[in-house]
Amino acid sequence: MAFAAFGSAPAGTSGVEQAPRRRSRVALILLAPGLAYLALFFLTPLVSLVLTSFQAPVEFGDVGQYQPAFKIENYAVVVEAYWPHFLRAFGYALAATFFALIISYPLAYFIGVKARRWPLLQALMLTLVIAPFFISFLLRTLAWKSLMSDDTPLVIALKALSILPPDGHLTGTAFSVIFGLTYNFIPFMTLPIYTTLERLDTRYLEAGSDLYAGPATTFWRVTLPLSLPGIVSGTLLTFIPAAGDYINASASFLGSAQTSMVGNAIEANFLGLLNYPAASALSVILMGLILIIVGVYVKRSGTEDLL
Amino acid sequence: MTRPLPQDPIIRQLVLQAKRAQLSRRHLLQGAGIGATAMALAACAPSGSSAPKPADDISDSDKTLTWSNWPAYIDEDDDGNYPTLMRFTEQTGIEVEYKVDIDDNNTYYGTIKDQLALGQATGADTFCLTEWMVARLIRFGYVQDLDAANIPNKANLAPALLNPDFDPGRTKSLPWQNGFAGIAWDTEAVPGGLESVDDLWKPELKGKVTVLSEMRDTMGLLLLGQGVDISGSEWGMDEYSAAIEVLEENVTSGQILGIKGNEYLEDFASGNAVAGIVWSGDITAANLEAGFEKFKFALPSAGGTLWGDTFVVPMGSPRKKNAETLMNYYYEPEVAAEVAAWVNYITPVVGAQEVAAELYPEIAEDQLIFPNEETLSNAHIFRSLSSEDDQAFNAEFQRVKLGA
Repeated sequence: MAFAAFGSAPAGTSGVEQAPRRRSRVALILLAPGLAYLALFFLTPLVSLVLTSFQAPVEFGDVGQYQPAFKIENYAVVVEAYWPHFLRAFGYALAATFFALIISYPLAYFIGVKARRWPLLQALMLTLVIAPFFISFLLRTLAWKSLMSDDTPLVIALKALSILPPDGHLTGTAFSVIFGLTYNFIPFMTLPIYTTLERLDTRYLEAGSDLYAGPATTFWRVTLPLSLPGIVSGTLLTFIPAAGDYINASASFLGSAQTSMVGNAIEANFLGLLNYPAASALSVILMGLILIIVGVYVKRSGTEDLL
Repeated sequence: MTRPLPQDPIIRQLVLQAKRAQLSRRHLLQGAGIGATAMALAACAPSGSSAPKPADDISDSDKTLTWSNWPAYIDEDDDGNYPTLMRFTEQTGIEVEYKVDIDDNNTYYGTIKDQLALGQATGADTFCLTEWMVARLIRFGYVQDLDAANIPNKANLAPALLNPDFDPGRTKSLPWQNGFAGIAWDTEAVPGGLESVDDLWKPELKGKVTVLSEMRDTMGLLLLGQGVDISGSEWGMDEYSAAIEVLEENVTSGQILGIKGNEYLEDFASGNAVAGIVWSGDITAANLEAGFEKFKFALPSAGGTLWGDTFVVPMGSPRKKNAETLMNYYYEPEVAAEVAAWVNYITPVVGAQEVAAELYPEIAEDQLIFPNEETLSNAHIFRSLSSEDDQAFNAEFQRVKLGA
């Protein structure tokens, strides 16, 4: 499905190129390791996942025992049980992508355009963006959990300012989950945008002002369109993993039962209930929905060649 | 042959439990036959229809051991060392890697079950899981037979723990600790204390309550609170649903902060939680960390649960003899008493109380470590569940845990 959706772009190139046979064989040999890798580590698990999603419980079987079947009801059952988790997953992921973009764009712009004169500052800031990766993702999220705990200065201050009701919490809320997702994915948003902005020819901006465009207009008509590939890949790199995330939203980290996303439902079915068909069906649906959303988004933004 | 023992009351309780559990045993065994093949299929195991075989033992040449266990479950000094383990290494020359990586029975099982089914190494040569889960591992043939000759101290095992329905004679498992699930509170935030599970639902505790992700403990306490005898077999889905309703109501209203594994300790430490359903010994560990009696544990008036965690050696472990040497060491009454003095759980080792009376007089009368008859009469063992009930109860519990 994935290949079909995005297959139209490379199709155009085949007409132009009439490579001799020998070269195509070399190409094939060079491609072989990659193809084998994909077949082994992408296609096999995918097929296994889809097959598992149709399995039925063994009659009088023990916990976690399933047999091959074609039980399509699995899908209806999980959609009925977990549609709110899907909505929450996409809602939170969308919000996190939006906030990450709002935060990352100015940051990337500063590093990539404004800081060009000071390469040292540029390097330092880039290091700072990447620095969080030196610490485990789980630890960082746990650190935020302690920072947002009930007895911390932050929460006490928010309560004193009546921003938070006296019996309110920061952790376990939609706010903390979206915050966590945004925080964790900011580098994935910043870096692609930075790479496009870093190549931005500032003479275009001068030309813009020569043509009587104000700074806002220049940004809107020149800078933004030129950085669009960065924005698209940044939003994809944020949205796709955020929609499937189950760490930030889990009750052990920043979430609670009220914030559980579809990733948590998959985890609970897989590890807690050993209900592999339900977990697989949820994964297949999640994958399908993300593919559709991404496909539409990429078509809309006119950046198919990114893929 | 057996002399009268200080642990007598527990033993009686466990014997009663073993008798009650016999009913479900046959049912469970029935499933196991079909189980082996289906499990292999489910895991996409290559030609794995035969049960896993024990790995070749390399203990004699390889003096190492990896042991996975729950948090706050072994004596620990201020530097993060484990004194009894260090002495074990001195005595036997076996280097032990002690991993604190079990937080929840289901999650741990879910993580290693494919290796178990294939008889491969799971990353731990021995681990301690709760008895109902150990019963499953034995049923599926995932654990090795223990060689009693390597564990002479097995004679110190409390006699009534010797013949559970899932492993008569303890040929494949050996208890590590037993303990209670009950209620606990932060004495600063809840100076009045708590008496029953219902007290957890007081409005002033809103959003400050954690409950355990161990279904049998949380639901056991709720069921007991509703007057159900959880050890008996005269209850089923109706009673369970009524208790689930209480849980769901309090999760939905935000009264319950979370349904958690051992990580609830962090919430107690950070002040996110000030009360909850917890495991007895954890509270001692939390108090140690706080530096004073910050938290208090009690069995609720309607009763708490009594559970046991048990050593097993998975088929894939090539260091069974080292594991047996370790078990033997921890069945020395002196060592068991030292561990008990730190973890504050109920030790299965006969003679530990006498040692404790001499060396650690402050714990010898502690009802959470060496409970007397009166305490034990208020602690109940969750009955063995048929596979069907197990799945249905668990599904309901997970549903509430995930919210709507």
